[in-house]
Amino acid sequence: MAILVGRETKLITIGFTGKQGTFHSLQSRDYGTHFVGGVTPGKGGTIHEGFPVFNTVQESVQKTEANAAMVFVPPAFAADSILECIDAGIELVVAITEGIPIIDMVRVKSALQGSKTRLIGPNCPGIITPGECKIGIMPGHIHMPGRVGVISRSGTLTYEAVYQLTQREIGQSTCVGIGGDPVNGTNFIDMLELFEKDPDTDAVIMIGEIGGSAETDAGRWIQKNMTKPVVSFIAGASAPAGKRMGHAGAIISGGDDTAESKFKILEECGVTIARSPAELGEKMQEALKKNA
Amino acid sequence: MNVHEYQAKELMQKFDIKVLNGHVAKSVDEAVAAAEKLGGSVWVVKAQIHAGGRGKAGGVKLAKSLDEVKEHAQDILGKTLVTHQTGPEGKEVHTLFIEQGCEIEHEYYAGLVLDRATGKITFMASSEGGVDIETVASQTPEKIIKVAVDPAAGFTPFIGRKLAYGIGMKDKEMIKKASSFFKGLYELYVETDCTIAEINPMVTTKSGDVLALDAKLNFDDNALFRHPEIEAYRDPSEESEKEVEANKYGLSYISLDGNIGCMVNGAGLAMGTMDIIKLQGGSPANFLDVGGGATKETVEKAFSIILSDSNVKAILVNIFGGIMKCDIIAEGVLGAAKELGVKVPLVVRLEGTNVALGKKILNESDLDIIAADDLADAAKKVVEAAKGEA
Repeated sequence: MAILVGRETKLITIGFTGKQGTFHSLQSRDYGTHFVGGVTPGKGGTIHEGFPVFNTVQESVQKTEANAAMVFVPPAFAADSILECIDAGIELVVAITEGIPIIDMVRVKSALQGSKTRLIGPNCPGIITPGECKIGIMPGHIHMPGRVGVISRSGTLTYEAVYQLTQREIGQSTCVGIGGDPVNGTNFIDMLELFEKDPDTDAVIMIGEIGGSAETDAGRWIQKNMTKPVVSFIAGASAPAGKRMGHAGAIISGGDDTAESKFKILEECGVTIARSPAELGEKMQEALKKNA
Repeated sequence: MNVHEYQAKELMQKFDIKVLNGHVAKSVDEAVAAAEKLGGSVWVVKAQIHAGGRGKAGGVKLAKSLDEVKEHAQDILGKTLVTHQTGPEGKEVHTLFIEQGCEIEHEYYAGLVLDRATGKITFMASSEGGVDIETVASQTPEKIIKVAVDPAAGFTPFIGRKLAYGIGMKDKEMIKKASSFFKGLYELYVETDCTIAEINPMVTTKSGDVLALDAKLNFDDNALFRHPEIEAYRDPSEESEKEVEANKYGLSYISLDGNIGCMVNGAGLAMGTMDIIKLQGGSPANFLDVGGGATKETVEKAFSIILSDSNVKAILVNIFGGIMKCDIIAEGVLGAAKELGVKVPLVVRLEGTNVALGKKILNESDLDIIAADDLADAAKKVVEAAKGEA
């Protein structure tokens, strides 16, 4: 196993019977993920697409021994579903939902502290260990098993990076989308720490964005703790200040959260910088050669 | 979403935050009538635009007679104010807020924001109010105190005391009033889903009050569904027409000043696409994320918005299909092109889910398309096309 998900992961989907929930649960199953069922309140006891549906998360865990949940619940109710997963003690919760109110996530973040649960997302593509387990909405076929970890705040930009790696026959250990919201369950440092410890990972691609200090905090952590090479791109060098660039978290609001200042600090911390998103594969190839 | 100062103050009163009496005026006559109704001998005439820095730009003026109210109202209404937050084009003033005057004892700063590093709502307060808080933060950071609020415990009295003592208040009665002010601000923030609540300045007056002289509130767009009363404050004249139109269709669109129209799926890739266009020497005309759940109709709408921008000299469609399927993009592009016609070069790069089908649909159409192999190739081709070199 690389990090967080692998062959021993047993997945349930919260909001399973909805259109998106159904489609992506089956896609995950087809990829090889051990999918065991879903939760939709009011539909407990029924069978959907050949899988059992439960009314509560706790019941689904008791009956299926699921240890991971994928959340496909609409934004107004998604925080409640994540809290229900924390209550049921699920180890890994992956929240795909985009548009959860910030205040709701502030409460979720507080509930996560001291719990057994790790939350990935929200507003993220999910997590995949190529060839073993896919939880999320990413196109599985662009991935290839291997030894490079990918962490990103963006969905499609992650696909772009993965595609460039696969084209160069550089496989991935695990790819994690941590999400584009200002309050999320897992940050860059959490993932870097796991990749640093993971014997199946040799190097990491980190894709950040304007807004917040997650990338610069990660840079300082890398300088002190990371022995494996890190290649990084920050999206939004051409973005105007004060405008929310699609993602709720991608907004320049101070002096230190521009792409330029993040690139600068990351470079000072020994991270290899890709100024263009089209250079990620190439830069990683060089970094691996240098480290070989 | 931003609201005007007078709207923010209306909301704040509901949370027992003290403000001065005031009335809205849309004309010079209304401004004078508002001042008469307020009574007293000193008024402040304030431009209502969604941007800070109004005072320096001449949008806030003190009047000591009704004649002066009239004079200032004439001067400010219809004027275009340029502040550090409006951009060089400035913003035209359509509305005034006429407020009572007061005798200020001290000006403080009080703000609430989300601290992204901790995920907690955090107070920022300073003894240095009425000035640019960024300047205070960079030159005298010791004059700003921060207090994070535990989401489970909420606002408790010590937070109010810590803030009030921290900004140098000494009078017991005033500390009590300031604490209640801070409590109101926190409740307002949480109950109405603010993203920023900034009171600059919060003042103490000679008559012994703690009140908000100015107010800037910003609300979480993702939470507006549960606040119809705040949605009702929306002022369309403050927002770009194209952005409002795009929002209706669930598209994320932002106008920029370049000449290359971009249609991309995913916010990160959309930003990355703009960045690489800049690196190639071009300049993007917009940010546009069609999102994952777009239908043929929303893609059509997105493409029409780009086509209707007269600054656009070339268009780049860059799609990496995940949830979004390439054939839906292709059909949407064709639909919009049929209706409006494409008079500028169009570069298309498709990858991911249903890519073969998407390419087939475009190739079999009569659209003149410059196909690109990858991201770098696409950026290079569209920049050349915009310069007329394709």
